[in-house]
Amino acid sequence: MAEPTTDNLKRTPLHDLHEELGAKLVPFAGYEMPVQYPMGVKDEHLWTRSEAGLFDVSHMGPCFLSLADGIGGGDEAHAKIAALIETLVPSDIAGLKEGQARLTVLLNDEGGILDDLIITRPIGEEAQGSLYIVVNGAVKEADWALFERTFEGKAVLTRADDRILFALQGPKAAEVMQDFFPGCAELKFMRHMPFELNGTRCIVSRCGYTGEDGFEVLVSPEAGVPLIKEMLTDERVKPIGLGARDSLRLEAGLCLYGHDMDTTRDPVEADLAWVIQKKRREQANFPGAERILKALSDGPAEKRVGIKPLERAPAREGTVIEIGGEPVGVVTSGGFGPSVDGPVAMGYVRADLAELGTKIDLMVRGKARAAEVCELPFVKPNYKR
Amino acid sequence: MTTYYTEDHEWITVEGDIATVGITKYAADQLGDVVFVEVPEAGASFGKGDDMAVVESVKAASDVYAPVAGEVTEGNGALADAPETVNEDPEGAGWFCKMKLSDSGELGSLMNVDAYKAFCDGL
Repeated sequence: MAEPTTDNLKRTPLHDLHEELGAKLVPFAGYEMPVQYPMGVKDEHLWTRSEAGLFDVSHMGPCFLSLADGIGGGDEAHAKIAALIETLVPSDIAGLKEGQARLTVLLNDEGGILDDLIITRPIGEEAQGSLYIVVNGAVKEADWALFERTFEGKAVLTRADDRILFALQGPKAAEVMQDFFPGCAELKFMRHMPFELNGTRCIVSRCGYTGEDGFEVLVSPEAGVPLIKEMLTDERVKPIGLGARDSLRLEAGLCLYGHDMDTTRDPVEADLAWVIQKKRREQANFPGAERILKALSDGPAEKRVGIKPLERAPAREGTVIEIGGEPVGVVTSGGFGPSVDGPVAMGYVRADLAELGTKIDLMVRGKARAAEVCELPFVKPNYKR
Repeated sequence: MTTYYTEDHEWITVEGDIATVGITKYAADQLGDVVFVEVPEAGASFGKGDDMAVVESVKAASDVYAPVAGEVTEGNGALADAPETVNEDPEGAGWFCKMKLSDSGELGSLMNVDAYKAFCDGL
């Protein structure tokens, strides 16, 4: 098998630190990223669930979208920028409070999912008319091209992917963060606040992708590298790679774009209808509204569900789901869940089979392995509500 | 008793016409925590290089290839409940299967321990 080449791969500002820490680096979303450190995926996963794990997610797509005629101007300016982004997403962005963030999806005209993203309304009258948006690394160029095309002359996109975006996740994350960002422990889930660090502005958000309490921080490389080096001297903090990030988010029932959802899936099938608030359903003015509202009222043809293999064999992405020898769906994410201490998966099945407890077969290397449709997440979330 | 190695990091220890097969410490370390192993059952026949077993870490599933042709006489059933044995003792208790060789001449194409060490050092 040919080894994937590391030529032409981008590096995050933390690349040298990953090497110093002994990370195994792999190509991911166009970047050379740490898949694991010497601790290993399983222990990194368990560490994050019991202590605090530090993740470099600088490959992602943080950006700011700001009104072309300038920011400031309070609620009115927010209403203007929200109205623009709401032409691409089905969530209620206008209704966000200052400092509040929301998960949403970027839709194509057919209602298919182009990406999932988090949109945050900034704090302070003078900052209104701008949104802090984080999109996925693998599709950021396409997302940003879409923003620029759609909002030409009306809003300006500022990419922030030359900075460090890192996450600190786990039950000890708040204690650790509080030492560096006093007051941040008071933030609630899906809220953010800005901080000054060594004279540069950074954004601290209480969110994550592990099912644990935690934070994501956008910070300049100059301020971020020393900050992270200092955080790693805390015995509660260990660096965690993308391998554990994947098993953590799978146990938490969170979707990975390009796997658990893509342009062939609408938010209703993906079990993400909750991102479409009532107001937007009534307005029915988002891309693909007709298909999506029909799926909401009639029910979708297929649905994303949790899958619990009843034997020890993990069922990986692409595993066909059968009942009585008939294909009824496919696994879109699957592997071993270290906290569950067994295999876990999610995937799509025919909607009439989406009921909890439905017995299914997972066709792993030609053998039918017993499994059942189960509730997501696999582990109880530990968010600070 | 002689042990041979493949470029795919399997080991095979031969005693008479029965051989024991497993993956090397190098392979086990590369995989990380082994969470599932599927070993072949007695009676299964393989050609040299055929997919013979599967070893899965948290991250991914990897195939294990038959180092030489033969018929399996025993799979290591203990790995079903204790896959971590592959990490703890890859070249001992973590063996995958025993097989009866079809053609002991095929062993000549494999590496001895020194050649394998040099091979790993070059990776």
